[in-house]
Amino acid sequence: MRVTVIDYKAGNLTSVVKSLRHVGAECEVTEGPAVVASAECIVLPGVGHFQATERLDNTGLTAAIRAAIARGVPFLGICVGMQWLYSGSTEAPAQSGLGHFGESCARFTEGTEKIPHVGWNSLAINPASRLLKGIAEGSHVYFTHSFRAPVTADTAAVTHYIEDFAAAVERDHVFGVQFHPEKSSETGLQILRNFLNLSAEAVR
Amino acid sequence: MITKRIIACLDVRDGRVVKGVQFVDIVDAGDPAAQAARHARNGADEIVLLDITATHEGRATLLDTVRRTAQELFVPFTVGGGIRTAEDAAQVFEAGADKVSVNSAALKNPQLIDDIGRSFGAQAVVVAIDARRDPEAADPVKQAQVYVQGGRKLTGRRVVEWAREAEQRGAGEILLTSMNTDGMRTGFDCELTAAVSEAVGIPVIASGGAGTVEHFVDVFGRGKADAALAASIFHFGISSARSLKEELARAGVSVRLPC
Repeated sequence: MRVTVIDYKAGNLTSVVKSLRHVGAECEVTEGPAVVASAECIVLPGVGHFQATERLDNTGLTAAIRAAIARGVPFLGICVGMQWLYSGSTEAPAQSGLGHFGESCARFTEGTEKIPHVGWNSLAINPASRLLKGIAEGSHVYFTHSFRAPVTADTAAVTHYIEDFAAAVERDHVFGVQFHPEKSSETGLQILRNFLNLSAEAVR
Repeated sequence: MITKRIIACLDVRDGRVVKGVQFVDIVDAGDPAAQAARHARNGADEIVLLDITATHEGRATLLDTVRRTAQELFVPFTVGGGIRTAEDAAQVFEAGADKVSVNSAALKNPQLIDDIGRSFGAQAVVVAIDARRDPEAADPVKQAQVYVQGGRKLTGRRVVEWAREAEQRGAGEILLTSMNTDGMRTGFDCELTAAVSEAVGIPVIASGGAGTVEHFVDVFGRGKADAALAASIFHFGISSARSLKEELARAGVSVRLPC
């Protein structure tokens, strides 16, 4: 499976590319919309600030990804890449997300717990999830973030930190994970394999 | 529920794992890539590689070591030691690290924290602090002092105040090593760890002094640590992260048990 990994200069892609290759993907890293137009499946990584997604708009990547998703190309957003699938985030209120999911992301509620949420936390998995197929209930994955998406009908897994939030989201061929599958040991690698398998089915 | 992290630390010199007792006696403990993979397999939540090579030639060796270590590692991987500029950090990220740990260079030039954070995100910046209690101060814990050069040189900074500044500048985590307890296997400095953890809103990794399971229970409880670093406890087959975590779980500490 050929995976188009989007580089929008938000952090480091090395780990994501390395783990996709480890599970058998052929990766092409691109900064431009032309490559996205011929993508078989797309991974949008991302660490850091939601404002960094502005670059997707400015380079024409947003339009290219929107068109690819409309064509049925499987898509996986990781961390900020997942948050970008929503309409926006209070982290950068003036910056719109893709709006594939209508809700918006917000900062964890301030209280006694530390923000960011950093470390391994457990997944309460929606049994209907295709992305998380075969992942054991309660499996731990690695998170590092201060903003989170709300739990809705599209939520594939819920995690609790301060409050319940969407650890994974999916609808049709569009998937997002708030955690880092590339840093989540065997569980994370299995989720990436699942995405590749789902993508291979979509190509057939 | 968020779990307490057990972090395996590899002190590396000239491409080999070594572990010093109070930063002086150094014993060879193997190949970093093999050690890191073994710790991850055994359930370590994270790997930290601290390069203690002092020489310029060591830099190239380090990048090669980082590349080899990162290749088969699918848990968070932090690299520290000798990172003096944002460019040094960029090379280490390029070689496969997820986070860098900065220590003396950040004390010399605190702007380094802002610079790395801006390019790679706050989650990628760990500020390491080597701390020693100040026996002459009215409050030896709250007024603990920051040291550099392996605990030999006093900086004139207070630990709690420096941790707060690091957070404000965009550090994602604090790695706090107690020079009083490091390598002694007599337990973490829980009072000092708690003082720092209460002063900042970012995770604090406790380091220095791990010897028994009880020491970890203590630092996660009384010490309010979010993670704990272990080095000597894991070397030479003394204990694995797996057995440590099984015992921690029995003691009521929330941990990720490996499959």
